[in-house]
Amino acid sequence: MTSIFDTPLYAYARHADQETKTPRRHPVVIIGAGPVGLALAVDLAQKGVETLVLDDNDKVSLGSRAICFSKRTLEIADRLSFGQTLVDKGVQWNLGKVFFNDRKVYEFDLQAEDGHRRPAFINLQQYYFEIALVDRIRALQQNGAPLDLRGGSKVIDVTPKADHVTLQVDTPHGIYTLEADWLIACDGAASPVRHALGLDFVGRVFEDNFLIADVVMDADFPVERWFWFDPPFNKNQSALLHKQPDNVWRIDLQLGRDIDREAEKKPENVIPRLKAMLGDDINFQLEWVSIYTFQCRRMENFCHGRVIFAGDSAHQVSPFGARGANSGVQDADNLGWKLHAVLDGSAPEALIDSYDDERIFAAEENLKNSARSTDFITPKSHASRVFRDAVLTLAEQYSFARPLVNSGRLSLPCFYHTSPLTSPDTMSGPGRSRPGAPCPDVWLSDGYLLQYLGNHFTLLCINTAPPALGGDIDPAITILCLHTKDNPSGALQTRYLGTVPSAVYLIRPDQHITARWPDFDATAVHRAHRRALARKPKTWS
Amino acid sequence: MELTLTPNIAAPDDFYAALLATHDGLSCAESEALNARLILILANHIGDDAVLSQALHAALPPKKRNPA
Ligand SMILES: Cc1cc2nc3c(=O)[nH]c(=O)nc-3n(C[C@H](O)[C@H](O)[C@H](O)COP(=O)(O)OP(=O)(O)OC[C@H]3O[C@@H](n4cnc5c(N)ncnc54)[C@H](O)[C@@H]3O)c2cc1C
Repeated sequence: MTSIFDTPLYAYARHADQETKTPRRHPVVIIGAGPVGLALAVDLAQKGVETLVLDDNDKVSLGSRAICFSKRTLEIADRLSFGQTLVDKGVQWNLGKVFFNDRKVYEFDLQAEDGHRRPAFINLQQYYFEIALVDRIRALQQNGAPLDLRGGSKVIDVTPKADHVTLQVDTPHGIYTLEADWLIACDGAASPVRHALGLDFVGRVFEDNFLIADVVMDADFPVERWFWFDPPFNKNQSALLHKQPDNVWRIDLQLGRDIDREAEKKPENVIPRLKAMLGDDINFQLEWVSIYTFQCRRMENFCHGRVIFAGDSAHQVSPFGARGANSGVQDADNLGWKLHAVLDGSAPEALIDSYDDERIFAAEENLKNSARSTDFITPKSHASRVFRDAVLTLAEQYSFARPLVNSGRLSLPCFYHTSPLTSPDTMSGPGRSRPGAPCPDVWLSDGYLLQYLGNHFTLLCINTAPPALGGDIDPAITILCLHTKDNPSGALQTRYLGTVPSAVYLIRPDQHITARWPDFDATAVHRAHRRALARKPKTWS
Repeated sequence: MELTLTPNIAAPDDFYAALLATHDGLSCAESEALNARLILILANHIGDDAVLSQALHAALPPKKRNPA
């Protein structure tokens, strides 16, 4: 197997915390150095929050995992200063083709509209994503960020207390105890922390098995996503072919329900299946082969006192639609600024509760979409199979049926319009930038809008300005004034104003819009800012 | 919009004969597939959410239907 799976990235080293008589207390301990735990650690470290990450392993995650990273994930990675590394290494693709039996029935083009820094998706092995994060952590550490990443440190017990959590960490030098003001469980779908707390993880389990193979081959298949329903080389099942960097291709082959998993994984069984798909004359090597079944389930609540769950530990989806790592990174994006605000005293602990509101809402959306895709790909009844095939047959000839074809829906960020932090919409602006929405990107003459937003609150004033700059506004809010006349592409107008002449947007540190108004109003800004920080409105009665 | 559940086809016997004729010579599976395609085509033609959900409901077996 590739040496990347064997290379320690954060080898275990004995730490002074292991020698102390009384356990050391840390403000934030993250369990799990997967994409979610690492992204959260970078976010907190960038904000100066002292953060400790523990992982029982010290390498990249093993085997075939995420390959499709969405635009929103790339934008978050930009905010965390490692987005360009991903895009430089990743494979960009726009075209998806869907086949039924031996015919192409339809194709789609993800070509994004102009003026966005990042494409709809890139394909990149999850291990490159994790390595980019570890590199970013090393750079932060070199600049003195209070961030510690400890490998070979397995958390074997957690005990929640009223205002902290005690944890036991097993290492090559024995067990030691730590305390955390906040414990963030990013310990994956099998979450030992969730088990330790005896919490449920309920939802749907899909019975179909999938062979997931990463193969290295020099083939001139185009850089497109190809999805087959019921192809001749895998009768009554589905198949996927997708390109990754380094001439690695991801292949998913549905195998059905009752199979011998061990036998199916053996190269002598895998290779003929792949040859049937790729053709006899193509040379390939297996990088990794596994057999998965998929689940769509979540915890009822993600916040349990001072223990917070993020990523796969909190919710697990089938991979159709690429919502696992992508939604987990959005959990981190949502939690990072809130933890920071609570720890530095600018917001009450109630702000953390909004993580539950917002990310459960998002998880529901992701679970719904992933479950629907899985139902289309693996019809669970005779009737659903008949309709599925009818849709595919019609799609070849009639465009109306194409939106019904579901081989995975594009992972899009969630709108937090129902969140208690979000203020009511007070202007008739574009729906895509209504309160709760993630900010749409716009090319400005000297950079992209998103490069100016995030990490703190921003008041974006378009074609208007506060009367005395900064006068009545909380100094924690950065003011950014833009004019549509400086934006010849017109995107600022269409994405943020629509038909109104001016607007003021209050934008959160995670680049989500929390309030907007047709014009500047200091009292309204003040109120929306307090609301976005879960500060109780002042009552004078 | 309301789902029409009163007579709306000008020549009912002609339509019925035409419907059966499309199934002539088809196996059970082929007929079933044709029906599924027909439902999708008609549903798209209707388009309206409210009408479609009323129709889905009206087609349920009587025992599963809410009393009108
Ligand atoms: C075949 C497949 C394809 C996928 N494709 C996509 C895709 O295209 N796009 C996408 O977004 N997602 C995809 N996913 C999902 C994605 O891989 C996961 O959602 C993602 O890895 C979750 O990240 P995480 O950080 O929450 O957890 P994990 O990556 O599982 O990391 C958990 C970490 O916790 C550590 N840990 C566990 N227990 C302990 C303990 N007791 N003490 C210390 N450390 C511990 C583990 O060592 C591990 O490093 C796919 C998944 C599969 C299986």
